[in-house]
Amino acid sequence: MFDLRDLYQQVIVDHNKHPRNFRAMQDATHKAEGFNPLCGDRLTLYLKVGADGRIEDASFEGSGCAISTASASLMTEQLKGRTVDEAERLFGRFHDMVTGAPDAPPADAELGKLAVLGGVREFPSRIKCATLCWHALHAALEGQQSVSTE
Amino acid sequence: MNESRPAMLDVQAIRAEFPVLAQRVHDAGGQGRPLAYLDNAATTQKPLAVVDAVRDFYLRDNANVHRGVHALSERATAAYEGAREKVRAFIGAESAREIIFVRGTTEAINLVAAAWGRANVREGDEILITGLEHHSNIVPWQMLRDAVGAKLVVAPINRRGEVDMEAFERLLSPRTKLVAISHLSNALGTINPVERMISLAHEVGALALVDGAQAAAHLDVDVRRLDADFYAMSAHKMYGPTGIGALYGKREILETMPPWQGGGDMISMVTFDETRYNELPYRFEAGTPHIAGAIGFGHALDWLERVGVANIAAHETRLLDYATERARAFPGLTIIGEAAHKASILSFTLEGVHPHDLGTILDREGVAIRAGHHCAMPVMDFFGVPATARASFAAYNTREEVDALFAALEKARELFA
Repeated sequence: MFDLRDLYQQVIVDHNKHPRNFRAMQDATHKAEGFNPLCGDRLTLYLKVGADGRIEDASFEGSGCAISTASASLMTEQLKGRTVDEAERLFGRFHDMVTGAPDAPPADAELGKLAVLGGVREFPSRIKCATLCWHALHAALEGQQSVSTE
Repeated sequence: MNESRPAMLDVQAIRAEFPVLAQRVHDAGGQGRPLAYLDNAATTQKPLAVVDAVRDFYLRDNANVHRGVHALSERATAAYEGAREKVRAFIGAESAREIIFVRGTTEAINLVAAAWGRANVREGDEILITGLEHHSNIVPWQMLRDAVGAKLVVAPINRRGEVDMEAFERLLSPRTKLVAISHLSNALGTINPVERMISLAHEVGALALVDGAQAAAHLDVDVRRLDADFYAMSAHKMYGPTGIGALYGKREILETMPPWQGGGDMISMVTFDETRYNELPYRFEAGTPHIAGAIGFGHALDWLERVGVANIAAHETRLLDYATERARAFPGLTIIGEAAHKASILSFTLEGVHPHDLGTILDREGVAIRAGHHCAMPVMDFFGVPATARASFAAYNTREEVDALFAALEKARELFA
């Protein structure tokens, strides 16, 4: 049987309790809100993208379940130093992992710590919790104000 | 309805009538847990009597109603109209003509907002609701407000989750055309003093609509004693099928209302120049209705009458009292909604564990609850929470299932420690 601890791994519990980069950003170049009306999860994602197209800083605030909070915390850690194109590609890899896409490559160095969210694929009703911050990232990079998932 | 002292339910015998309850969930590898279904406020399970009635209709009697001269159509019509009579008797209405079959409570309220509201509510008029309403008793009135320029007024609730009756009285005025109130709050379990609220509404000349979706299977409903002008309910929260419900309306009010939807069955005569509308209740039932659903609804009411709503209510109150006592002793748990008069619903939050995570964890332990805003976002805003976890009880629930709930909550706390 799939154990609950496979979903709620210690890293996730820790990032939920102590989310990293959990703050507003005054000098953000990009910002978008993500909202999941089903469970009320709501977050604001901030990005500072340099002239060279690299993400210099990423942060978020809001309220949500452990999966969405930990996912946003881990995502902001992973984004720093990556180019915008790399960030979008990482979204694709992450999405394939949590939706259990049949041709998804095994977790590798590129996904890094994000691999701890792989257990989400066994919980279909929770996939949108894990991807909410990534949809907000995509919206922010596309210049949209908000994105809603349901 | 039975006024004598409630009898104890034979819960095991009742459970045997609900085969869906006898299962283990997430059972891959034989590691599953017995199902503890505590999401009855979302929808109840259906007894065999209801499942069989729907099945038997399709196996033996299926035909359209009110038109055919053949045997099957006559049987289908008799069963469909028989169900209407059962609804009438169940809620104590005077005439079966006052019972309109609809898809459910939401459609019932929309019907009143569209047909009665558009004809009677004018610019500057007011519709009074309360702070604990379900979205289905908010949004139709916002749509009406926006269409005619009326005002939607909200009577606030207090921290216990009760309507502030002083404010409610103060907000009533000759401008109030309609009071729309929930009988039993789906998010908090609060029982509203609807009889008094209706009487106050009538004093200022307003009509009163009661959203009975949550109440009808838990409280004794007598529309004439309440003096409700409209009463809305959903079969699926009363051990009946989904997709069917009823709107009760006082005959003299329904008679004055224009039709809502146009089509077959709601007419008596149609030419390309004009249409004469059918009599009550058919005027409000355009198109082929959910015949099998209505028949299943009737059998659900038979089942409720047989077991006894008062007996079920007493059983649920014992479970709620026990669950409340355990909740108060559980570290970090906050009960949302502590009204003096409550029924069948325990809404709560657990410190450090989001309700959505609780829902997932409890589910893996076999305990089905609802986690979310319960279609009552203004209630969540009032209590300053994004969501709550909600356990809700029915006739077939047991003390052991309440214990399973708290064992699962213990597991959640360990996981998040």
